[in-house]
Amino acid sequence: MQDQNVKTTAYNDSVVRQFSIMAVIWGVVGMLVGVIIAAQLVWPELNLGLPWTSFGRLRPLHTNAVIFAFGGCTLFATSYYVVQRTCQVELFCKKLAAFTFWGWQLVIVAAAISLPLGYTQGKEYAELEWPIDLLIAAVWIAYAVVFFGTISKRKVNHIYVANWFFGGFILAVALLHIVNSAATPVSFWRSYSAYAGVQDAMVQWWYGHNAVGFFLTAGFLGIMYYFVPKQAGRPVYSYSLSIVHFWALIFTYMWAGPHHLHYTALPDWTQSLGMAFSLILLAPSWGGMINGIMTLSGAWHKLRTDPILRFLIVSLSFYGMSTFEGPLMAIKTVNSLSHYTDWTVGHVHSGALGWVGLVSMGALYYMVPRLFGQKQMHSIAAIEWHFWLATIGIVLYISALWISGVMEGLMWRAINTDGTLTYTFVESVKAKHPYYLTRLLGGALYLSGMIIMLWNVLKTATSGKPALAYIPPVAAHS
Amino acid sequence: MDMNTLRILTTVASFVVFVGIMIWVWRNQKNSGFKDAANLPFTDDQN
Repeated sequence: MQDQNVKTTAYNDSVVRQFSIMAVIWGVVGMLVGVIIAAQLVWPELNLGLPWTSFGRLRPLHTNAVIFAFGGCTLFATSYYVVQRTCQVELFCKKLAAFTFWGWQLVIVAAAISLPLGYTQGKEYAELEWPIDLLIAAVWIAYAVVFFGTISKRKVNHIYVANWFFGGFILAVALLHIVNSAATPVSFWRSYSAYAGVQDAMVQWWYGHNAVGFFLTAGFLGIMYYFVPKQAGRPVYSYSLSIVHFWALIFTYMWAGPHHLHYTALPDWTQSLGMAFSLILLAPSWGGMINGIMTLSGAWHKLRTDPILRFLIVSLSFYGMSTFEGPLMAIKTVNSLSHYTDWTVGHVHSGALGWVGLVSMGALYYMVPRLFGQKQMHSIAAIEWHFWLATIGIVLYISALWISGVMEGLMWRAINTDGTLTYTFVESVKAKHPYYLTRLLGGALYLSGMIIMLWNVLKTATSGKPALAYIPPVAAHS
Repeated sequence: MDMNTLRILTTVASFVVFVGIMIWVWRNQKNSGFKDAANLPFTDDQN
């Protein structure tokens, strides 16, 4: 598509197009696996008695697919889109950018094959075995080179706040992945962690919570700081608040991991420290949420007519909800009730489906027509349908697991006057059955919205053709 | 130097830097640079 004389004046959007389309496809795949394992929890026989389709192997496939395939492709697409437009230059090193796309797809395919076969390091959200870990590290370093290379050749003086969030996310994830995946290989598909005992657990949850903090929060806040102002047609509510928001998150998130290890062999002071920092996190999280939502101040009426803006703003409401719930659950006494119950799973999904999912969908709906030279998505009505199916799905999902989780926690701790347990474990499992059915229904609604999105995106892409977006000839700021 | 002293110094230095950033932002709030920066996404309004 790019002939010689426009090559220097147009953005490199082909890699953005590739990542955007794959984000939607992997979204459908990952959410489908989620619905399948939710059905397995209601009807255990659905594992078909086969090892490859058992819950223990499909669950990491689901989490890896939605976080790293759907979320990851969305982050690559949006960060490449945003960094070029706010720096007013083409991506640094086109070939390396292409390598990040093909390398990342190879990681995803390797995960989709190795996880059902049972190859795992047993670390949550870091299950992939060492050869895949090495490929992830190579792709990630290439990503950092492309991203920061583009920033360093920018034509505007200031680095826009969205790029700070994307940059923080890229650096932190490189650090987290390399430290937590350190392992001694004993064969091509088997390795042992470089850490032992409680240190291993602490490194894992330092990684695990920062995967939430940097992959699923900082990266998607980068999306928020560009696409909310663009779709609302007005600059962010407070630029100074956005700077404080960024640095407060950076200085606080790294400490919050120990709240995953309350009442374990981890020293008590470490647990309390993790709890204290988790509580502090409420301030920057809500500061950021308010900054995003208030961007709409004076233009609230747009929410009535613009379903894409609704995706973005409702995602911020879920961000606010789950970042209130998170610190609450990090309090040790609350955690003694919530930990190991469905409440945790519900909390994660309020963040994942509500915040990460909806903000990604909003950003993709913004980008796709522009990337394919269309004025708008093929069907606006389909976006409306997607929005309501997704929102109702999330509400069903998280309220079912709130009830189920709190009930389960209360049943586990109930004791008779003689000190014996009131309920056996299996009684708590049996009591959860109706809520698991509701959760399955919520998940299926969310998936159906995503399938509508796939149809809409493919229709938009095939009825248009890859469009060239030109770089403004004179930099507006210096 | 003792490892723990180094850890304490790093933590204290981080906190001081953060407070410094807060003060810098607060003093520059009215600065037109922030306003220009906030408008950066709108420089290519062909899109």
